[in-house]
Amino acid sequence: MRYGETGFNLEIDLSLGSIDRVETDPKLTELHLGGQGTADRILWDRVPPEVEPFSPDNVLIFSSGLLVATHVPGANRTVVNTFSSQTNLHAHSLLGGYFGAELKHAGYDKIIIRGKSADLVYLWINNNRVEIRDARHLRGKGCQETAEQIKRDLKSDKIQVAAIGPAGENRVNMASIDHSHSSASRGVGSIMGDKRLKAIAIRGTRDINIASPGELFEMCQNLRKSISENQYVGDWMATDEDDSFHHNNFSWGNARVRRRDFWSQELEERWRNLKYKYMSRQTSCYNCPKVCHNVISFPGRPTFSYKCYGKDTYHMAAFQELDFSFDILGVSQEYGLDSYSTPQVIAFALELYEAGILKDQDFPGMPNDTGQRFFYLLEKIVHREGIGDILANGVSLAAQQIGNGAEAFDHNTIKRFEQLPIKLGRLNPVYFLMLATGEKMAITQIEGSFPQDPLPTREQREEFVKGWVSVPDEKFKKYFLEWEKRDTISNEASCAICDWNEAMHYLDDATGLCGFLSSFRGGQFGGRSAYHIHNMPPLISLATGMKMDEKLLWETFQRNRTLVRALNVRRGMRRIDERPPEDHWAIRDDAYEQRLLDDYYQFKGWNKDGIPTKETLDKLGLDYVGEDFLKRGILNDNEDTSAGPEKKA
Amino acid sequence: MNGGVKKKIVKEIKVNVDKCTGCRACELSCSAFHATPRYGSINPARARIRVFIHERADLYVPVRATNYTPAECSGRQSYIIDKKEYSQCSFCGASCPSRDHFKEPDSGLPLKCDMCEDEPPLSEPLCVQACTFGALVYEETFEEERKGEEEKPEELQTGLESLANRYGHKKVADAVVRMSISRKD
Repeated sequence: MRYGETGFNLEIDLSLGSIDRVETDPKLTELHLGGQGTADRILWDRVPPEVEPFSPDNVLIFSSGLLVATHVPGANRTVVNTFSSQTNLHAHSLLGGYFGAELKHAGYDKIIIRGKSADLVYLWINNNRVEIRDARHLRGKGCQETAEQIKRDLKSDKIQVAAIGPAGENRVNMASIDHSHSSASRGVGSIMGDKRLKAIAIRGTRDINIASPGELFEMCQNLRKSISENQYVGDWMATDEDDSFHHNNFSWGNARVRRRDFWSQELEERWRNLKYKYMSRQTSCYNCPKVCHNVISFPGRPTFSYKCYGKDTYHMAAFQELDFSFDILGVSQEYGLDSYSTPQVIAFALELYEAGILKDQDFPGMPNDTGQRFFYLLEKIVHREGIGDILANGVSLAAQQIGNGAEAFDHNTIKRFEQLPIKLGRLNPVYFLMLATGEKMAITQIEGSFPQDPLPTREQREEFVKGWVSVPDEKFKKYFLEWEKRDTISNEASCAICDWNEAMHYLDDATGLCGFLSSFRGGQFGGRSAYHIHNMPPLISLATGMKMDEKLLWETFQRNRTLVRALNVRRGMRRIDERPPEDHWAIRDDAYEQRLLDDYYQFKGWNKDGIPTKETLDKLGLDYVGEDFLKRGILNDNEDTSAGPEKKA
Repeated sequence: MNGGVKKKIVKEIKVNVDKCTGCRACELSCSAFHATPRYGSINPARARIRVFIHERADLYVPVRATNYTPAECSGRQSYIIDKKEYSQCSFCGASCPSRDHFKEPDSGLPLKCDMCEDEPPLSEPLCVQACTFGALVYEETFEEERKGEEEKPEELQTGLESLANRYGHKKVADAVVRMSISRKD
């Protein structure tokens, strides 16, 4: 009997129309846990580097995390992994809501999709009965509209649906996959659309078994209560209307302008009234004691849900106010578009127009008002019309295609992916490392356990570290106590902190825990994350019966993380790609940054080009990766393990 | 003649649909409590409480399994409450042929909420414990229950009068005599 997991994957071949239920190897659960960890092993085994993202041989995997559907509060994430048509690298995305739990109750840990359908279809998973159904009547429909139609067609309100909108159907690189009040972004919608898979509908009524029932239940009852009372987890912006944090510190437009004095009491009052006037309620994801989704019904627009920074991205890109975001988000979410990158693509296009690189004839009939221009470009992008066909590929590819000096305006991407628009003065070395080397593409997927900035006085710092339970080692407290200026922290500390930040995200993505209770809400914003390296091992053991401790768990993180590195290296990523934009901080020191990167590579057991060494791979049980790298000439037999400058490769 | 007045405990779960966030922890906890071994498996399809959710219409209604019914209602009602349209079914706790709620998924046997009856009793049913948003609140109220017969001469008079009006005094009197002879008490 399997505990926690179901022990089965669903294999779908959309070219052949075949459906298989395949038992999984428990050994892989031991090595990688689940979720993104086991998904990436499948991607390594089955998708060679020459496979293009829009090839039928690209594989799209939906994974339910290992702890999803167990008692563990906030364990509800579905991970979506594939290769991205925007970056040509590993794509990683998450969605919350109920989808992951329903998948497990249907009896599957993963849905593995290969091939490409001849015409638009949707997948209907009803416990043992799985069908590929005609979705032509759903073509062009929005994400929520599609879900509602499928529930009507299949005559049940208990079905959980994840769908793409017209953006995904048209293979827009910023397309998302939406489910309930959740959205999977960062490039997965375009692959689902390329495979002509409009939606996945699931109904599951089977049991999930727990290895140590009473003990896990009791631990989770206590967690449920403490999470509910913990103001440092969940989305603080669900109840705190002071958003000076984003508005005064992040950049407006195409990541150009910082408005340090933008926020005011009057504005906060006005926006609070606006929010509560149109908000019908706040909702939670499955089995979570926090409430993060704000559900807004703006007049004349489809109802949508947002959380945290998601409400700011459009109006900050367009130099408008909150009502503009409320007006456009219903439209864009229903189209199925990533609300972080899409506004930047639009702002980028308008900059090119203002600079004369794009001309009037590229925007036939475009209105004069900036807000209206955003709506206009949204339509063009979703339908890949005119200039929209180029913009739909994302800023980097569009800049390349447009040429004529457009590349200079592509100033906020890393590895061809749009970054959060923050341009600061002084560099935080940990942030340099996270932005340069993070392979889940956005800073939000790597930061969180350690504070973003030092606290001004020693007393404040001592107060902070007092209750800081989540540190894996006391040295992190020492690093924080000694940190006085943002840009002054030792390389040793920077490497360890970046590694810890990343570790918790990788563990969340294998277990299915939500980052808002764990990896994202750690030392940054309070330091009281509900889940950390100390309580995750017992939770995993009690749920699954697996032997687990902190050391084993940390090794699993290293294995999973190194495998992602290997996937990207095999597709051609190298050190040269690990560069934050030149203007990301006003004050730079390239020699210092490169030395820091050297130290980090060495810390991780990677060579000077950022490639995991044979020794590192063998140590983590990834010897098959090492062998593949040797065969491909990515590593040489006499590769040394040191990234130090005195040795030669 | 006056039987003892006994107090009956009425267990009530007060549901506030405006506070429900759709987390469904109630469903999860209920199914776990009723599993064998207890908490050993989880399956919201086995829960005795389900939350009706329609995201865009903003309908979030937790409803508890009540009785089994062999036949569905003929026709349906819908309610417009505060501008939202609710189907009658979303308030109904019946294990009903028209839907798969409140039935064991494998056998189809009906499920009924027993307020987590247990020895020793729980402080509150598990769904209420699981809800951290105050959408489910447990309350125990005492109701007086009357046991044994009580004399109510006015009732007797009124009953006989209506019979007499209908059948006539003579027929009623004859009937009483016949009854007395056969009962012999």
